[in-house]
Amino acid sequence: MLDPTLINNKNIEYDAQTNEMLINMGPQHPSTHGVLRLIIRTDGEIVSEIQPHIGYLHRCAEKIGEHLSARQWIPYTDRMDYLAAMNMNLGWSLTVEKLLDHQVSKKLQHLRLMICELGRIASHLVGMGAYGLDLGTASPFFYAIREREKILDLFEKACGARLTFSYITPGGVMADIPEGWIDECKAFLDYFEPIIKQYHTLLTTNAIFLKRTCNLGILSKEKAIDYGCSGAVLRGSGIDYDLRRDGDPFYTEMYDGYDFEVIVEKEGDYPKDYPYPDVPREAQLGDCWHRFYVRMLEVIQSIKLIRQSFEKYQSIPEPIEKPLKLQQKLPKGEIYLETEAPRGQMGFGLFSEGDPIPWKVRARSSCFCNLSVLPELCRGVYLADIPSIVGSLDIMMGEIDR
Amino acid sequence: MNFSEISDTLITHFGDLVLLHKAEVGDSWVEIPKDKLLEVGRFLKENPQLQLTYLNSVTAVDYLQTDPKKLKRTSWEPHIKVVYHLSSLFLKHTFVIKVTLPRWSDEEQNRLPSLPSVSSLWSTADWQEREVFDLYGVEFTGHPDMRRILCPDDWAGHPLRKDYTPPQEYEGIRCH
Repeated sequence: MLDPTLINNKNIEYDAQTNEMLINMGPQHPSTHGVLRLIIRTDGEIVSEIQPHIGYLHRCAEKIGEHLSARQWIPYTDRMDYLAAMNMNLGWSLTVEKLLDHQVSKKLQHLRLMICELGRIASHLVGMGAYGLDLGTASPFFYAIREREKILDLFEKACGARLTFSYITPGGVMADIPEGWIDECKAFLDYFEPIIKQYHTLLTTNAIFLKRTCNLGILSKEKAIDYGCSGAVLRGSGIDYDLRRDGDPFYTEMYDGYDFEVIVEKEGDYPKDYPYPDVPREAQLGDCWHRFYVRMLEVIQSIKLIRQSFEKYQSIPEPIEKPLKLQQKLPKGEIYLETEAPRGQMGFGLFSEGDPIPWKVRARSSCFCNLSVLPELCRGVYLADIPSIVGSLDIMMGEIDR
Repeated sequence: MNFSEISDTLITHFGDLVLLHKAEVGDSWVEIPKDKLLEVGRFLKENPQLQLTYLNSVTAVDYLQTDPKKLKRTSWEPHIKVVYHLSSLFLKHTFVIKVTLPRWSDEEQNRLPSLPSVSSLWSTADWQEREVFDLYGVEFTGHPDMRRILCPDDWAGHPLRKDYTPPQEYEGIRCH
């Protein structure tokens, strides 16, 4: 029996009507991408209200950060978004470097870009594959995992780990990439680029997939901004904003001199050189299909970026510098910096009182804000459409709960 | 616009109510009194030159020195600062505002400090303020659904406060 003081009228479990039904989904439901629990109030097949419950993976990483030096906290950032751990490492490293006003060398920036864009590809591949699984098709997942495996092999050669890398650290990287790594990476991209076409045949243009994602869960531009959505969710709604181009100069400097496009979904036709130029007639701007499609196109941009970075990296002969000391003293001050992680704008805050150990650290999760729009999107949809909407947000519970 | 232009706009409109903090290292911020938060927030959001329509993050910082050795060097009295990071997606600038609160709103340390909620201006504040309430124990008045978000509903204490001690046991499960 629950303590009566805990009963909150806002909690939809407690005031259900007789003609309505409450359905509990999760926390161990396979299509909720981890431990997300949804309480759904339905009227027949129609969802009238949905309430997400999060926190099952809460480890209070921010509290841990108050007891460790800035560099020691890197492994904890890995465990936030564990599918894009490299990008998490980069976010925190840049925050620390910005507070110290420590500029890393150009060569290191090219290396970091290469690694992070590979991480973005790996993350989007899982996002794509898992979305297929959510909608009941298993094969795209195996295709995606096959390619991701090759990226993980590359990462393993660079840093020894396959999931929680801790590779990028404040002031540098753990170690330079080994000899011959770039050739292997090139070979992977040559192999991977033509394969993307298969994914479009498997999923993007699949008739069942279109039926289940088009014109569903439409997020308007205003709502997307209001709810602080970011990443593919924001751009899928047609807002032209990418931190790699529009962000803090300390971060965008990494992308200076690179030629890439920010993928924004728009109504109407796409340029001819896109892998799949025709948007299906059923699709509406800001629906699940568009959010998915942004990720697919971003992968191509990442390939383009990595290809450019090889030459730039190799043109600088000097070795890369060593990272900062483990107990690096931090100046008194505070910094909040957001970077473009695969799932959106990942923000790290560092509040320092002049010790090597930060006074407070802050991790602003992109998925946390992206998920908060779910009750809005799910009002009035069919119960069976919920996995499709949740999957299109591409959430990562490790990052939401922190 | 850069930080000083935005803060100048704010100061010309609100006068002495807002307090400018120029930091030598890192982000500068503007401090505002808590009863003016909604007014300032609406101005920042709706002013056509500012258009800070995107709320990146709401967080709090607990300033309480628990280390007796460092107490002498500490210049501030115990307090909590709630920090809002704002940005504009169209004008591409960012801004930081802060509100100072006491750690408790009464002498006996029973009542949590409170602050007006900005969730009517930015919907994303809904969950983020719940997180601040959960982890820091700051109540937001006017919030549509003020309850814990990351910790269980019956959790005792607010984990990110500096004087928090973790429980030995929760629901019969040993924590250490």
